[in-house]
This record gives sequence, structure tokens and C-alpha cells, in this order.
Amino acid sequence: MKIIVAIKQVPERDAQVRIDSSGKWIEETDLQYAMNESDAYALEEALQLKEKHGAEVVVLSAGPERAGTTIREALAKGADRAIHVEADSLHQHDALGAAQLLAAAVKPESPDLILTGLQSDDLGYGQTGVIMAELLGLPHASLILHVEKTDTGLTVKRELEEGWFQNIDLPLPALLMIQSGGTKLRYATLMGIKKAKTKEFRKIAATDLGHPNEPTAVLEKITLPQKQKSTQIISGSPKEAAATLVEKLKFEVRVI
Amino acid sequence: MSGVYVVLEDRGGRISRISWEAVAAANILAAQSGTKANAIVIGAQTEALAKEAATKGVAKVVRIEHPLLAQYTPDGFTAALEQFIRAESPNYIVFPHSYQVRDYAPALAARLGRVLIGDVTAIGGLTAASNGPIFTRQLMQGRLSGNYKSAGTGPAFISVQSGAFRADAPETSAAETTTFTPTIDATQIRTKPGEPFRGAAQTVDLGSAQLIVAVGRGIKEADNLPLVQDLATAIGAEIAASRPICDNGWLPIERQVGSSGQTVAPKLYLAVGISGAIQHLVGMKGAQCIVAINKDAEAPIFEVADYGIVGDLFEVVPALTEAVKATKQ
Repeated sequence: MKIIVAIKQVPERDAQVRIDSSGKWIEETDLQYAMNESDAYALEEALQLKEKHGAEVVVLSAGPERAGTTIREALAKGADRAIHVEADSLHQHDALGAAQLLAAAVKPESPDLILTGLQSDDLGYGQTGVIMAELLGLPHASLILHVEKTDTGLTVKRELEEGWFQNIDLPLPALLMIQSGGTKLRYATLMGIKKAKTKEFRKIAATDLGHPNEPTAVLEKITLPQKQKSTQIISGSPKEAAATLVEKLKFEVRVI
Repeated sequence: MSGVYVVLEDRGGRISRISWEAVAAANILAAQSGTKANAIVIGAQTEALAKEAATKGVAKVVRIEHPLLAQYTPDGFTAALEQFIRAESPNYIVFPHSYQVRDYAPALAARLGRVLIGDVTAIGGLTAASNGPIFTRQLMQGRLSGNYKSAGTGPAFISVQSGAFRADAPETSAAETTTFTPTIDATQIRTKPGEPFRGAAQTVDLGSAQLIVAVGRGIKEADNLPLVQDLATAIGAEIAASRPICDNGWLPIERQVGSSGQTVAPKLYLAVGISGAIQHLVGMKGAQCIVAINKDAEAPIFEVADYGIVGDLFEVVPALTEAVKATKQ
């Protein structure tokens, strides 16, 4: 079985993001980056399938040069080889444009299974996987927490809303969008990090993958969020702030 | 090409709450041309759903009906709606941003060469000067907002975030109902969905809790949980958590608040070390009073909080527990 895992490098979860001078993107200097959380779970699912059933795991990522460190991390965790689609300004594509680039890179590989994370922690479109499946003519399922291989294909556990789940059977080849939290993530071992340096790492220029559509969902401007409520920030030492809050909860909100 | 259509979602034989919010958003768009939105219900038997929708301030109800739409599948829903959209060429298709919509609407839009503007929280730019509406959605886990416009030709696909639009249309007389029968072949449907099941027995009903103390990633380790449990006990509150806490198995999943867990609306929601990702906020922003304790002054939780303490929870929470105990003595 050949599994392709699409991953994205995104700003670290607690990174202080600032709007850049164009007003259309964020200031990238001094930002720390990490593997998108649900993509890390997609990679883990692929590595577990490999351990159980044997597979080649190919990690695929589109992004600028810096994405290489996140791709190396995936190789260190156990992916067999990597494809880096070099694209400096990925955010200038809409979800269809990004999916077109990735689908074009996937096509010659003819994988049995494609795994992506559910949603990126930066732009948060949550669409790339579903659109890739559409472009590649594959069946898909999203919000997947667990994957079982069967004689005829896969049985996957899909998360529904409000604590409900459902199993779905689907044939291979297929695409799954993986939800965070379905399993435990592994760490890269020292041996893994060493081995990663010798693994195949192929770079493809985005411009060699055809011309993605001009965006039809156009990000025109980034702003600070509008506050939905006026928040009273309570200052002082922890003890003072706690005392003030208790006063408010007792006499203004009247809940304690 | 004309009209605004809103796709309503079936939740156990009734139309889901967030679908009515999508109707409200669709009517904002329809009002630009002095019209009302049209509702779409979809399934194998849609008579009851259509009847429910007909009096909710829509111009028309379309029943998209086919035996192969009895259960939701992305292939079935995409094929059916694609045919309807090609036949009608609407200006806008509006959806509730539900798990189901996330699973098929991006493929549907792509099949028509379009892109879904998803999880929209506000619609602006409705004046003639703005050259088309502006759709706001959250970026960077809610730390920033992005303003989007729909470009090119063809329908605009929009899905709206739960709780972002107010569904308060008064009952109207029943709108006209039509039926659209798509052509779908069983071989087109490649996935086989099973019956929904619950993950674990539900022994806590957070939905009816009046006071909730919720804990998030900021707590760092399971060993630190008693700190927050002590506070909940002192207040007399139920304890709840954001997703990472339950994923780690530190608290059972039945205590999870958010889109994948429970939706709560207590009198007091005290969020400790919760940054306020969108998925969490949709489950608790209906609380009457929200208090946030977080070390990061820019955490999105402060955008919905009534009271905030910016500080180290490991110092603030014990102090708060003591202060609550003192006031109750």
C-alpha cells in the first residue's frame, strides 16, 4: 500500500501573529513554525497503518523553503520519502488553488490512500482534502478518528456533532481527512532523525505543476477581530484580582 | 441567474437550529435585491422538513428528493445539489457550517469551479459602494479576522458559523413548495455510512448545569487538575474541559465542551487556561457570564469574556478558590 500524507507548516499555536504592511497577510519574520496539529495525527495514522499492514509512507507538503524543517520532522518520525512543492506565497491561493497544486503532485504517484489533516491552524479553510478528492475522482470521508483496513477497503470512524460517531466503509483508493486526538502522537527518535537525512527528499517548483485557478474566494484584508463583548479586565496581584472577581460574581452577576 | 438558496439540514427528522441561522444570513443577502431566500430540503422523504421550513420567512421551499438520499453521503448530496445548481444558476448558496456541510460543500463548489467561503461570522459591505458583500471569517485560530469577497462568475458558496446570525424570523404563511428530482445512480455513491452511535454513556448533563468551571491546555499536566477541581467544588460548579484535555484522557469526553462535545449555556462559565479556539467558543458563547483566566492577553477567549484576569493560572486559581471559600463562610 502506498500512503501519501499531506502536511502543512503553520505558525506555532501560541505565536503572536501580527498583520503585515500589505494588510493581506501576517508578518513572517521572527515567527516560530510547527507541523499543523491535525496533520500530525494524519501522519501518525499513516505510520500505524504501515506498522500493521506494511506500506510506503510519502509525505507531501506545499510551502516555502522553511517548510523543509517540518517535512524533515515527518521523515524522522518514520515517513519513507518526501515531496516538497515549493510555493512561496501559498496563502495567495484559495482552497481550490492549493488543492490543485497538491493534486497535481499526487497524481503521478497513484497512491492507494491519501491522508490530510482536517483543518489548518492558520487559514483554517478545512477544505483542501475534500477538494483534492474531488479533483482526483476519489471517494472521501472527513473528521476521521480511526482507520481499519478491511478485505475490500477501509472502515473508518467518523466524528459527528455532540458526541456522536459513525462508521463508514469505503473502497480504495480513497482520501481521508483526519481529526486531531484519535490516537497518541509519537516523537522522533534520535535514530529516526539520523535516518531522515538519508531519505529521498524531492523538490518540485509549484510553477511546474500547472496553473491553479485564480482565487474566487479572495482574502482582501486581515483585521483584528471585533470584540463581541466589552471585557472588564481585572488587574492587580493574583490575590487582589481574585478578591475583585469574587465581589463581581457575588454582587453584579449574582452567581455565588 | 438569480436567487439566494439556503440548504437546510435534517437533524433527527427536524431542521437543525443552525439551519435557521443560515436562513437569517441568506435573507441578508436576498434583501439586497429586495427578495427573500429560498430554502432547500434534501433527502428521501422531505415532506415534513418542507412543511417545517415553509413558514420560516422564505420565499419558496425546494424539496430535492431521491431514494438514494435517505442517508447522507458526500457523493449523493454533491450529485443532487450540483444538478439543482446547474438547472437554477443561483447567485448564492448558503449553508450552516456543520460537520456535514464541511464534508461535501467544498467538493460541490469545486465541481462548479467555485470555492466555499466557509465558517462566516459576519456579512458586511452591503452598500452599493462596496461592490459586493464582504464575508468575515476567522483566521489563526480566531486571533485575526479575514475579509473575503467572491470573485469570478458563478454562484457564491457561503457557510455560516453556529451562533453568528440571529434566527428570529417571525412565522409567515406557508411558502410555495416545489420538488426537484435529481438523477442519481447507486454506483455513484462510493461510501457506505453506518448508523450513528454515542461514544460513551452520558452521565453528566452539562447542558443543564448553571455553573461551569472549564479547563484547557494551560493546565499543562493531568497532575495539575485538582487545582481546577478545587475551584469548581468551592463554587459548586460542574467541571468541563476543552478538547485537548479529553483527547489526553485527563477528563472523560462527556465533559468536553465545543463543536465535537456538548453545547452549554450556564449562568457562569469560568474558563481556565482555555485560549478559545473557534471549536470551543461555539459550545459556550451562549453562557450568560463568561470569565476567562489566561496568561495570554491576546487569547481569543477574551473576545467573548465579560470578565478577564490576565495572569498565571497557577497563581490566580488557588487565590480565587480561597476567595470563594472565604465569601461562603
